[in-house]
Amino acid sequence: MRLYALAVYLFLYVPIGIIVLFSFNAGKAASQLQGLSVQWYGKALSNTFVVEAFQTSLIVALTSSVLATVFGTMAALALQGVKGKTRALFDAMIYIAVMVPGIVIGIATLIAMVTLFDVLNPMLKLIFASAETAPQLGLGYGSLIAAHGLFSMSLVIIIVRARIAGMDRSLIEASADLGATPFGTFRQVTLPQIFPGILAGALLAFTFSFDDFIIAFFVAGSNTTLPIYVFSSIRRGVTPEINAIGSMVLAVSLCLLITAQSILRRGAAKS
Amino acid sequence: MFPATAWFVAMLVLPLIVVFVFSFGERGPAGGYVPAFSFANFLNLGARWAAFKNTMVLAPIGTIACLFIAYPLAYFLAVRASAKWQTMLLILVIVPFWTSILIRSYAWIFLLGGKGLPNVFAALGLGHIQLINTPFAVLVGIVYGYLPLMVFPIYVSLERLDKRLLEAASDLGAPPLNTFLSVTLPLSMPGVATGCMLVFILLMGEFLIPAMLGGGKVFFVGNALVDLFVQSRNWAFGSAVAVALVLVMLVTVTAYMRFTRRWSGGRDDISLM
Repeated sequence: MRLYALAVYLFLYVPIGIIVLFSFNAGKAASQLQGLSVQWYGKALSNTFVVEAFQTSLIVALTSSVLATVFGTMAALALQGVKGKTRALFDAMIYIAVMVPGIVIGIATLIAMVTLFDVLNPMLKLIFASAETAPQLGLGYGSLIAAHGLFSMSLVIIIVRARIAGMDRSLIEASADLGATPFGTFRQVTLPQIFPGILAGALLAFTFSFDDFIIAFFVAGSNTTLPIYVFSSIRRGVTPEINAIGSMVLAVSLCLLITAQSILRRGAAKS
Repeated sequence: MFPATAWFVAMLVLPLIVVFVFSFGERGPAGGYVPAFSFANFLNLGARWAAFKNTMVLAPIGTIACLFIAYPLAYFLAVRASAKWQTMLLILVIVPFWTSILIRSYAWIFLLGGKGLPNVFAALGLGHIQLINTPFAVLVGIVYGYLPLMVFPIYVSLERLDKRLLEAASDLGAPPLNTFLSVTLPLSMPGVATGCMLVFILLMGEFLIPAMLGGGKVFFVGNALVDLFVQSRNWAFGSAVAVALVLVMLVTVTAYMRFTRRWSGGRDDISLM
């Protein structure tokens, strides 16, 4: 039994380990280890395409996860008091957002936005005096953030709602009985209790956005996120530089995830 | 709640309606979409039959492969592992699921590609074995990618299981295999059902794993969709394929949930983590 578990863990981690190991390859050949060095990390970090793609990914992941966390938490809190049809409708939307494949969400966002822009852009030209200076709408940061935020927000709502369900209600009543204002109760009683859920949700939202390829592939417009860059480089062949970029991407998500997981588990153990 | 509702409507409901409307339209002369109302796109779905067939064959096989590998591990984690290590081991299973599937599939390109394992096999005198760009490679990628998602729900249902039942069964003289078959397995069925449904749903919409490990030879509906929207820019037909994919998913999942309801006892939560 133990041996079997060990074998599965090896299956899960050895391929990742090999990528990390080969990213330190001193040689040029992708699959022959010739001593260790960090040269490929240097190469990757001085490649302007990589740096720009990383910046785009970072901006999109930060903005979408912050927005998703704020609005998702607000929705999760508001949903407590909502019952009946409205509640069912809202639950259905969360369910659809999580279950419809990313590729369909990507396509739907692409064609809806392009169609909308085709209508709006000529109108903008009419409103502004000269056609050259009129602002034109297009795919880019906005569409990336909006599309990633949709999934992230559903994730945050699910996680925070689970926290609210496990919350000790008597504390809220006690706080109200002792004369605290509703806002005071929220800030001093509710918020500290659901905070681990909010934080874990935010970290997962960030990781999702940072790693997503398929939605970004459709809605990024002329922008390139890190996964899009990596995908197109892999098509051109396996190189030690991709191993280095991959290792860095893994390191970022591993750190965030272990934090998120330990926050969630600690929270679960307490309640 | 208002911002969240607005976000859902603008980014989910309206775009999905647009896809539905477009699926009845026609391709413009330079690609894109021209309004029309015909069922031509749906009647033409047979042109992408191979993609639907591959998805409908490999998604269930991949799901079952995940189940058979995940169950013993989940059992070990829930019943056998010491309490001290349990949380740590569980985190180690879940974490890979949230790391980049792109990088993890890439690791298998590296391992299964000509200079990886086939090279090792050749050195051992086993001759040349083609691994990458085969259905096998795609299945390895699927199991590698989705195993964590299968382990977690099974773990949760085994963990909730009242351990005294197992003791009672063995005290009453049931052999371990009988205890497993008549106590543990039936009680863990809700977890099995949830895990299979989650993995199956995600596999139906998969694009990256077949794109990276199937090399254009093993392609899913997702790959056909990318082809239609990016290469041939046939939005109308592409939308019809997307609508068909979602319909096939809905029908299979509804049928599956009907079928498994008696195990799950009406419990149909989505556990994501």
